[in-house]
Amino acid sequence: MADCSSELREAVLEAITGKSPLHIAGAGSKTGYFGREVRGTRLDVTGHHGITDYQPDELVISARAGTPMAQIHAALAEQNQMLPAECPLFGGAATLGGSVACNASGPGRPWRGALRDSILGLEFINGHGEILRYGGQVMKNVAGYDVSRLQAGAQGTLGVITAVTLRVVPKPAREITLAYTLPAAAAIARMVTLAALPGPLSGACWTGNTLYLRASGTADAVEDFRRSEGGEAVSDSAPWQALDTLDKAPFSGIAPLWRLSVAPSSPLTRATPDSIDWCGALRFFAGNHDPAAMHEAASAAGGRAQLWRGGDRRSDVNGPMSGAEKTLQQRLKYALDPSGIFNPGRLFNDQ
Amino acid sequence: MKHRQDINVRALLDGLTEILPAQAVISDPASLRAWECDGLPLYCELPLAVVMPRAADEVAAVMSLCHRLDVPVVPRGSGTGLSAGAMPHPEGIVISLAGLDRIVDIDAANRIARVQPGVTNLSISEAAAAYGLFYAPDPSSQIACSIGGNVAENAGGVHCLKYGLTVHNVTALTLITAEGETLTLGGSGLDTPGPDLLALVIGSEGLLGVVVEITVKLLPLPTSVAVIMAGFNTVTAAGDAVGEVIAAGILPAGLEMMDALAIQAAEDFAGAGYPRDAAALLLCELDGNEAEVAQQCAAVSALLQTAGASRVEVARDSPTRQRLWRGRKSAFPAVGRLSPDYYCMDGTIPRRHVAQMLAEISDMAGQSGLRVANVFHAGDGNLHPLILFDASQPEEIRRAEALGARILERSVELGGCITGEHGVGLEKLAQMSVQFSNAELLQLEAIKVAFDPSLNLNPGKGIPVLKRCQEYRALPQRHLHG
Repeated sequence: MADCSSELREAVLEAITGKSPLHIAGAGSKTGYFGREVRGTRLDVTGHHGITDYQPDELVISARAGTPMAQIHAALAEQNQMLPAECPLFGGAATLGGSVACNASGPGRPWRGALRDSILGLEFINGHGEILRYGGQVMKNVAGYDVSRLQAGAQGTLGVITAVTLRVVPKPAREITLAYTLPAAAAIARMVTLAALPGPLSGACWTGNTLYLRASGTADAVEDFRRSEGGEAVSDSAPWQALDTLDKAPFSGIAPLWRLSVAPSSPLTRATPDSIDWCGALRFFAGNHDPAAMHEAASAAGGRAQLWRGGDRRSDVNGPMSGAEKTLQQRLKYALDPSGIFNPGRLFNDQ
Repeated sequence: MKHRQDINVRALLDGLTEILPAQAVISDPASLRAWECDGLPLYCELPLAVVMPRAADEVAAVMSLCHRLDVPVVPRGSGTGLSAGAMPHPEGIVISLAGLDRIVDIDAANRIARVQPGVTNLSISEAAAAYGLFYAPDPSSQIACSIGGNVAENAGGVHCLKYGLTVHNVTALTLITAEGETLTLGGSGLDTPGPDLLALVIGSEGLLGVVVEITVKLLPLPTSVAVIMAGFNTVTAAGDAVGEVIAAGILPAGLEMMDALAIQAAEDFAGAGYPRDAAALLLCELDGNEAEVAQQCAAVSALLQTAGASRVEVARDSPTRQRLWRGRKSAFPAVGRLSPDYYCMDGTIPRRHVAQMLAEISDMAGQSGLRVANVFHAGDGNLHPLILFDASQPEEIRRAEALGARILERSVELGGCITGEHGVGLEKLAQMSVQFSNAELLQLEAIKVAFDPSLNLNPGKGIPVLKRCQEYRALPQRHLHG
């Protein structure tokens, strides 16, 4: 447990005075993922860590930004609770602040929400060096704009996240994984059918020519699902931990990976994805692909493509923006970071 | 603040009638009366004009015109808001989105619906039912309130404990900016790179843009639903029972509570079969598949008995469930019959303080010489104290407002907030400075400027201008808590 918020604030004030950009860093587990390369003085947030409040009966946990996600998962598991977003650990070291900054969400996303959905409150240092708090510890709070969730996905470009309060949920009483050998198109069709039915489905991914389904809930509900869906029950929970361990294809290694977040039933065009998750809504393509073609394919499927890892990290990894959107993003950046010191250029080329 | 002499009213009306058919521009004072307030009639004002576009490009043209002429614009859905967020601006226009009322598309395979802002909340679920799907957020006003208004307020409802608020159930928005530009946020997928602008706009009370299309998430209708009603002899026992249900690892679809005055009023009004002698009543809805609901039903019933419930009734069939809900859903009008007027508050507190807060509200009400009925979302700590008063007595209005302000301030002190789902609007501007520091309010203002540099979108609502905060801060407040 260590509160380093005043040291972090000092560093921000110094950067403002010197007009010197900061590269905000947690454990660095997502360096080279999600955004563009950042040049600046490293601001290490890992020293600012620790769970500051955990009320199991209120389904709420608060922690400092540098707290390892693994520590939060362990504390919740002791009380038979969990984060609905099952934040990926990115090799083990992922921190709370970094996870929120990237809105990194796990396999239950279509049913249990993204990490941004469980944010109840957030504290951050803005570009004036002020420590600001929005939201709080309660589930319903509509006073003021939702500045807490705004930080999810901003990748540190709108401030230094210092603490976050999250909603937690009870762990399901029982959970099973079923496996089926199926090609990608048939797997997507099966996912889409199942997603429209009520039931205990809490995961649906495809990799290595295998569809994996996860069911969570009461023992009876899960047993009903197993009976009606058949398939082979596997003891292995590895398919749900692909982004925790990063040791299996296509996530192992450093080869470029494209991430397409699209309408779940979108047909497969061109290449077959190397991995499909989120019941069809998330598709990864390994290797070098033509950026324009990827952005076009994603747009036709109602979503967005991102050069998620590797490749040219100085290019427009998040894809093109309309003129109106870019103007708004720049004005918003100015509103929170008038000196432009936080992770400049991480989201888009703002030179 | 804009002054009437600065605005070229003639040019404005001429411009509006060039964009819209004559019947879609209202400017005679008698007709404008119908728009003077929203669901909080304590605050009234007449606009220069009301416009009723029927298409997104008409909205964009109106916004461009108002930007060019520097005219304030107040967007309005069905006008059911409870914080005066849609009260007109005297030097501006009201843009009614009620005419954009089409369900554009229901995409069953992707479980989303594209709808225009004037579509009512309930009609989305009605249309989705044909596909075995529904739209989860269900505010009590769902028959009348519009989805555009729900987006503006980040509306909740009785089912948000399990299914979340509007912000959790919208995947895309098309927005007309204050400058008349069209902007699409989000998509048909589950996320987009970059800061969460969707979340920023949802709940922004019409201050950041005018929403002209919304893509909502649809969920599969559960196969089984049960409602459990439990009466308690003390409010404390009911409050503790709520905590115990959650602690048992059960996440009900809804968990509602009413106090004695609300129970009696609702029973007189709706004949729901509530125990008239109970000090508090809980309604717990469970949903899922057959096996799941049966198991949870047994667990919750046993738990409520142990927690000291004087009476427990379990409803599995639809008519009985509807009867039990009828009392809760009509509680506001039912309480309204007890008094000429009522004032609905909306503070949220951590669940563990519910019983303590209700006792304090009762004390504060006694000191004010006013009655308060409590109907609220116990599962998520969102209180709706209904303060009974007589609006024909100016002195009683003053006492009701002062009592309301004290309840909200106490909510903040207990670790909660001043509004859970009704919004700040005009009504709670003063309390914003209880919840936020000056630096935090200034940051909100800077975000407003990023979206609306001329400050013409719903000006004077949502975020206080700092001079007013400072005046409010200067008032002695602490002694009021006793």
